[in-house]
Amino acid sequence: MADLTDQIPERIPINLVVNGARRTLEVAPWTTLLDALRDRLELTGTKKGCDHGQCGACTVLIDGRRVNSCLTLAVMKDGAEITTIEGLARDGMLHPLQQAFIDHDAFQCGYCTPGQICSAAGLLAEGRARDADEIRELMSGNLCRCGAYPNIVAAIEQAMSRS
Amino acid sequence: MNNFQYSRARDVADAIRLLAADPAAKLIAGGTNLIDLMKENVERPSRLIDISRLPLRDIEETADGGLRIGALVPNSDLAYHPLVEQRYPLLASAILAGASAQLRNMASVGGNLMQRTRCPYFYDTATPCNKRSPGTGCSAIDGLNRNHAILGTSNSCIATNPSDMSVALAALGALVHIAGSSGQRTVALTDFHRLPDDKPHLDTNLGDGEIITAIELPPRGFARNYSYLKIRDRLSYAFALVSVAAALELEGNAISEARLALGGVAHKPWRSLEAEAALRGQAATPDHFGRAADLLLQGATAHSHNGFKIELARRAVVRTLMQAASATPQSQAHKKIA
Repeated sequence: MADLTDQIPERIPINLVVNGARRTLEVAPWTTLLDALRDRLELTGTKKGCDHGQCGACTVLIDGRRVNSCLTLAVMKDGAEITTIEGLARDGMLHPLQQAFIDHDAFQCGYCTPGQICSAAGLLAEGRARDADEIRELMSGNLCRCGAYPNIVAAIEQAMSRS
Repeated sequence: MNNFQYSRARDVADAIRLLAADPAAKLIAGGTNLIDLMKENVERPSRLIDISRLPLRDIEETADGGLRIGALVPNSDLAYHPLVEQRYPLLASAILAGASAQLRNMASVGGNLMQRTRCPYFYDTATPCNKRSPGTGCSAIDGLNRNHAILGTSNSCIATNPSDMSVALAALGALVHIAGSSGQRTVALTDFHRLPDDKPHLDTNLGDGEIITAIELPPRGFARNYSYLKIRDRLSYAFALVSVAAALELEGNAISEARLALGGVAHKPWRSLEAEAALRGQAATPDHFGRAADLLLQGATAHSHNGFKIELARRAVVRTLMQAASATPQSQAHKKIA
């Protein structure tokens, strides 16, 4: 009898809590969390930029920590709590970072913005940034090719001062 | 990315058993380097063995006053751990000089040691590379080699190891705890990675079927006089052209103990016991630091584009030792070099 363990599994069932909602899906082992979010759960707010962990557009929070979802295999996160840009607003109110990005015009094309905001949410939770230099350093995993950096830093400073 | 099988290891013994059963399998923890390489078809494992849930996440004091760090502790948790911040700030600083906040949250300590020593040609499957495809040749030796190694190179490979953490661990005299089917063993961090010689496809001395379980720091932490200085083409989130980990113990202005390691210059973290010995008993002056830098850089050779690294490294060593001696370590957030 053939050894079933030697066959490539088509799909592996996993459970995720995405933006507070329990989601059950079946994924191939090589499906990244980014592709699962965008293509399977239709949460296209999380962006695919470089797909190699260099640009930060795919940043989401896993169990409250910011990570690159493009370098994360969905199957490895079975049971995890995921927060994407779609999950930051509460009761019809924008997250303070979302409002701050609007207040400071902290984007042009907007493609990097969901990753910037999720990354900034992780940064606020970490509590390690105290000034603009530290914000810049701890946000260096998020590129903005439009060059909105000064406004992004100002937006994060606003959210930081109000949190 | 190639198709592969997925297994979740139940414990360390299970991971070792799964590895032994499939020579083309690989362990995965944070996956930050492995998945990237898989997307480029540089790594094509038959199976990924997920060790991310194994209970190797503790940071605990050892009986002799050192620190034992579980292999799965995320880089960021290690850098921000109170005992590391207080006793081993050189290590905390080096970790925070590396990668991005997201990657540091994902990457494990063991995985940091296991990231590939690499260069752009290693990533480019259209070019020859002895590290990726043994025997095909090295594209960097006569190619673009500005970022490449100046120490310990061979005719087969001039790639550099990009880890910042490992440079600090080398200077601190860290140990690597390893488990395998034949039991457990411990090696010095400086013996964990290897030079390329004629086998650049091997980055480390980890045996087939072995797994890193912990890193151990000796009690001596150099918490007062240390600095990690990383010189790179942009101010953050870039590999080092040259990095220096320096740590001193001073009695007045006399050096009683010295540690010195370089990153970005070799296939492994570069430490010279001779250079450190030359500092002991000497006054903490730029002249003595320059002599130590010369000893550390003994045998450095340049290729077409990376000759600047030799003088850059010499100056960076002197500057970092000055920072350490004056207890003004390089900030990783405020980029002005004191």
